[in-house]
This record gives sequence, C-alpha cells and structure tokens, in this order.
Amino acid sequence: MLKRIASFAVLAAFVAGSAIAAGPKADLKDVDWSFEGPFGTYDKASAQRGFQVYQEVCAACHSLKYVAFYNLTDKGAPFYNPDFPNSNENPVAKAIAKMFTVSDGPDETGDMFDRPGVISDKFPAPFANDMAAMASNGGALPPDLSLMTRARVDGSNYLYSLLVGYKDAPEGVELSSGMSYNPMFSGSKIAMAPPLFDGSVEYSDGTKASVDQMAKDLTQFLTWAADPKMEQRKATGWAVMLYLLILAILLYGSYRAVWRNVKH
Amino acid sequence: MSGPSRYNPSTGIEKWLDARLPIIRLGVDTLIFPSPRNLNYWWTFGAILAVMLVSQLITGIILAMHYVPHPEHAFDSIQHINRNVNFGWLLQPMHAVGASMMFLAVYIHMFRGIYYGSAKNPREMIWIVGMVIYLLMMAAGFMGYVLPWGQMSIWGAIVITNLFSAIPPEAAGTSVTQWLWGGFAVDGPTLNRFFSLHYLLPFLIVGMVILHVWALHIPSNNNPTGISIKTKADTLDFHPYYTVKDAFAIVVFLMIFSWFLFFMPDSMGHPDNYIPANPFSTPPHIVPEWYYLPFYAILRAVPDKLMGVIAMFGAIGVLFALPWLDTSKVRSMRYRPLAKQFFFLFVLVCLGLGWCGAKLPSDLVFATGVDADGHAKGLTFVWFSRILTVYYFAYFLVILPILGLVEKPKPRPASIEASVLGNSKGEA
Ligand code: HEC
Ligand code: HEM
Repeated sequence: MLKRIASFAVLAAFVAGSAIAAGPKADLKDVDWSFEGPFGTYDKASAQRGFQVYQEVCAACHSLKYVAFYNLTDKGAPFYNPDFPNSNENPVAKAIAKMFTVSDGPDETGDMFDRPGVISDKFPAPFANDMAAMASNGGALPPDLSLMTRARVDGSNYLYSLLVGYKDAPEGVELSSGMSYNPMFSGSKIAMAPPLFDGSVEYSDGTKASVDQMAKDLTQFLTWAADPKMEQRKATGWAVMLYLLILAILLYGSYRAVWRNVKH
Repeated sequence: MSGPSRYNPSTGIEKWLDARLPIIRLGVDTLIFPSPRNLNYWWTFGAILAVMLVSQLITGIILAMHYVPHPEHAFDSIQHINRNVNFGWLLQPMHAVGASMMFLAVYIHMFRGIYYGSAKNPREMIWIVGMVIYLLMMAAGFMGYVLPWGQMSIWGAIVITNLFSAIPPEAAGTSVTQWLWGGFAVDGPTLNRFFSLHYLLPFLIVGMVILHVWALHIPSNNNPTGISIKTKADTLDFHPYYTVKDAFAIVVFLMIFSWFLFFMPDSMGHPDNYIPANPFSTPPHIVPEWYYLPFYAILRAVPDKLMGVIAMFGAIGVLFALPWLDTSKVRSMRYRPLAKQFFFLFVLVCLGLGWCGAKLPSDLVFATGVDADGHAKGLTFVWFSRILTVYYFAYFLVILPILGLVEKPKPRPASIEASVLGNSKGEA
C-alpha cells in the first residue's frame, strides 16, 4: 500500500510541476524569505519598514486598492498587535488612515469633498483614473501593487530582483526618453525610473535604508498585501493535517480490524 | 439492482415507509451489495471523486453568494471573497484547488478503467456515462476558470471559443461562435452565461453520477483479475468492507489535497490570472489549466486549424469507443504482458503531451546543435507533440484492436477466490 501512496505522490508532484508552465526566470535573485515553506511567516518588522517605503515612495504612482487600513492591523498583518485582537480598535491603523486624504461624497450639495482617511477606507489611488496615471508616466500605466507578488512567476523574488535590477544600458541598446534598463523586466526596457536610492527613506528603527534593504522590506510588505491570510491559512493547514492524520490512522486501524479474518 | 434485496424492515415505521416509499431499501441495497473481495486501492477513486464533487458543490454554492458575474466586478469580487468574506480565504482556494484535485482523481480513475478492462463488456454503459461525466467536468472546469475574469480567464475563453470559428462560416462557424459569446467578442454576456452554465453543470454531473453508480450495480465492480464474480466466495459486502477502505483512502487523498490547499494554493494556477482581464493586451503565452494540456497539445500539433480542432475532439471521442476498440477477451492487463507495456507507454505519452501543451511549440525539447544563424536547433515541442499524438491515436485505433486478437495472454486463475487464496503474492 505504501508503494501505492508513493506512486500517487509522484503523480501529484508531476502535476504540480507541469502546472508551473513557464518556470521562473533563471536570472531572478533567489532570496531566502521568512514567509517561504509550510511554516513560513512574515517578518513583521521588515514588513512595517516596507510599508513605510511603499507609503513614502511607491504610493506616488502605484495604488494598493484591495488593502484597507484596518487590514494593516489584522491578524498576520505587519502591524498586528495581540493587545488588540479586534483590529478596528488598534490605534496604529487609525493613525495611518489619518495620514491619507480620501475623496468622499457627494455631500448634500452634490459636491465631492476630501477628508482624512478612516480605517475602513482602502488605500486611495494616487491618480483619478488610468488615463491620468498614464498621462503622468509617459504613457505607461503603473500597475496596482496589491497582487503583484502573485501576478508574476516566482513573484516575491521577481519584485525584489526588479527593484535591485536596474543597470546601465549595455552597448547598442537604445533607450527612448523616460525608459530605464532593467534586465529583470520582460523586454528589459521599463517605463519606471529606478524608484529607490540609498537613503530614500529614513527608518525609525535605525535600520540602514540601503536599496537592497528597502527592496527586501517592500517585498515582505507587498507579499503580505497579496496574501494577507497566509499565516492564518498555514496555521489552519497544520491543524487540518494533524486532524486528518489521526483520522487516517484510526481508519486504517478500523480497516485492518474489519478485514482481519478475510484473505484478500 | 441485481440480486434479491437484502433489506428486512423490522420496525413498524420502517414497514410502513417501505410499503410506500422504499427509500431505506434503496440505501441499504446500494451499500450492502456484493463486491469482489480483491479490489485494490485503485478502486477507491470513485468514492474519492464523489467526495470531491460534494466539496465542489458546497464551496461553489457559497462562493456564488458573493461572486459578481460582471466584467467590472468579477475580479474584485474574488478578491473581496479572499480578503473580507468570513472563511472566504479558505473557500475560494478550496474550490479552485479542488477542481484540480478532482481532475487528478478522474484521470487515475480512467487509467484504472483502461488498465483493468473495466470499460469492456458488460460495463460499457458505466464507461460511457463516465465519459459524459468527463465531458461535463471539462466544460464546467473551463467555464469556472473564466469566472475570476483574470488575464488567463479571458484569453483562455477567447482561444477556446475561437476554436468554433474553425468551422467554415458557410457551415455556421461564425454564428455558432457569436451565439456562444452572446455578442461579437468575449465580454460581459459571455461571462454571465458561463456563470449560469457553470452553476448548472455540476448538477448534471450529479445526475450522471447516479446513473453511473446505478449501472455499476448491475454487474458489480470489475476487479484486478478482470475475472467475473462466479460464487459468493468471490465477494464481500460493500459495507463494511469497502466503506472502511474507501474512507481511509478518502482521508489520505484529503491530506494531499490539504497540502496543496494550505501550503501551495497557487501551484495549480497561472500567475497571469492575478492580472485583471484586459482584452487589449494578449499575454505572451496563453496556456489552459493543466488538465487540458494534453488536448491542447494535440490541437496545436496539427498545422490546419479545423483539422486540429477535429483531432482534439477526436482524442476525446475515441475514448467513447474504447469498450469496442479493446478487442481482447481478457479484461485485466495483469495477464496481458504486451498490452501492459503499451499501456504504460500510453500513460507516458499522455504525460508527455501535457508537457508539450505547457510549452511554446517552437521551444526545444533537446538541442542537437546550432543552425547557420547560430540558433540552437533540435527537436521542437511541436514535433514532439506530433510524434506523441500519432501514438495516442494509434494506441486506440491500431494497437488495442490488433493486440486483442494476436496477443497470447498469461494463464489466469480459475476465479477471484482462487486468485486470493491460491497465490497471495498478487498486487495488494
Ligand atoms: C514615478 C512613478 C513611479 C514610482 C514612484 C514607482 N513606480 Fe513602479 N512603475 C511605474 C510605471 C510607470 C510602471 C510601468 C512600467 C512599464 O510598464 O514599463 C511601473 C511598474 C512597476 C512594477 C511592474 C513591473 C512588471 O513586471 O510589470 C512594479 C512591481 C513596480 N512598478 C514596483 C514599484 C515599487 C515597489 C515602487 C516603490 C519603490 C515603485 N514601483 C515606484 C511608475 C512608478
Ligand atoms: C464525478 C466523477 C465520477 C464519479 C463520482 C465516479 C464514481 C464512481 C464510483 C463510486 C465507482 C465505483 C468505485 C470505483 O470503481 O472506483 C465508479 C466506477 C467506474 N467508473 Fe466512475 N466516476 C466518475 C467519473 C468517471 C469517468 C470520467 C469515467 C470514465 C470515462 C468513469 C468510469 C468508471 C468505470 C469504468 C467504473 C467501473 C470500474 C470497475 O468496476 O472496475 N468514471 N465510478
């Protein structure tokens, strides 16, 4: 029977393997992320710093439209605090929300108005619409970042590699104005100027804000943004596996007991 | 049901009910039913499939309470389910990964049927109903994949519905395609009707599974020896012997399912489907879900579009005829040394076709050198898939029919009982 299970596992592995059709780019930098593997969790301190970089740098161009402010203090989120199991009561989310201006309305006179964010707001988009975003970015659309690490093959490594991957264009490669050379990007010519420089932000916890450090922190933050329930899912997963394992053992025992006098 | 009923109503209420609506009798006779005593674990996949079907129905019905079948909202509503709906983070991947697991199980179930000759006399109808189930599953899986309205959703839908435009316009190709779309392109009306059909098909599958199991109860199960049941000593009651064995197998299968679900939920999907659908931006490499890849490879193996479509549907159609194409009087390939080898080669060919389907046709399987321009040359995937496609069809149309007539089978035990008691070194 073990042979059967083994051959089945091989089949399952094959299926999983063939599903990753395109395969990761060979030249992506492979970082040892804390969130990888069945026990992996987000590095909260790093993700908090990543949030700061997003807010101070990337938010100028990129939306994060599926994430609400209270999500930041949910369980498994960068700013989760066990003292506030109900994330709505966590003052951090309120403070962060207040830093953003949100357009609301129409009011009773029919006009839209601006107000400080509240925790139930989603991160406001930097541009009114895609056309405005493209007009400000030389015709290129800065994509929403909420799902970025799941929308690319080997997404977390891709995001990190992209952010640290800017290079001078090699001999013979023509770059039109507004384009930068980044071999990690498909086609190598990207309409996003290098967004990070050493010291782009100042970390309050004293961490040195090198490009590499900020790229790693951002990756922690954006991987969380794309998969905010990961920690909950993995924890549930282990409970389910344990339950099923015990059940399997009991059922195997019952099977042996029922079949004890039967030759088969 | 074959054989006399095994149900004896004992209480007054049971007798009363049995005289009016013998539903308990139906249940009892479905479960306490003589099955071959030597079924191995390959026979547990039917029960596994039934459990997965129920799981898909339950998760699907709850998802439909929150999903919005509209091009502007579909993608967002999936994110809403994953991020805000209670247990949505569990239900949505459970449904998506569950579909893959169900196909994994159905392929094992079908290969089992081919290997042990389960499709053959007297089980042709079980097999044919099974094939109808398989077609319905393919349709349901395809339409389900369109619903999140990501890039692979819409482009998969565009590629597949365009297959019908291979039918010449004189023969209504254009009108069929537009009729499927509900317009002149894959758009809102397409999404809306796919949602409606995606909700309908699983219930048709349930109906077909009832027919499938009903048909199964006429001859009872086939078994690893392929020898028909002759005496009572060949059998065991389904309950409790196989209920407990199936239950164990189901739980082991659920563990594999859970591993994918909780620890690698994205492994069966394509990253492009996390990008909202955009009809103006074609992804560089459109691939269907893994369970269609072998047929996708056959489609692309044929240079002519219409012929490709015919080959693809033919690859499925030929399976319907399997009970008659396998001409051997011996059911189980355990006693057919040649057939066994051709069968395992066939399994490899199917996996190989799946591999081809995932690659670009011009990619190289292996390089043999460089051409004059300095480009690597060698066996391309399109040529590899052509070789495999030839074997795929030859297996059904040439090998199986001829083999059954010329092959000399190994001696078989006199009965199931003899195979169990005589040489116990047979497969578990
Ligand atoms: C000045 C505006 C601007 C800023 C600031 C900016 N980006 Fe971008 N970003 C863009 C534009 C424009 C594109 C589209 C590039 C293209 O399509 O060539 C883009 C594309 C991207 C992509 C998508 C690459 C792909 O594979 O399609 C990622 C990821 C990204 N940016 C991350 C970031 C991060 C992280 C930051 C903050 C450190 C950031 N960006 C800051 C304008 C910006
Ligand atoms: C939802 C999908 C399906 C369900 C729930 C299902 C269920 C079952 C069950 C419970 C059995 C009896 C136990 C077993 O042999 O495993 C069975 C047998 C069988 N099934 Fe299916 N089935 C499904 C799909 C299919 C398909 C797609 C095919 C083939 C095209 C198929 C072909 C057969 C055959 C030939 C048997 C008889 C096996 C034997 O007795 O040796 N089934 N099925």
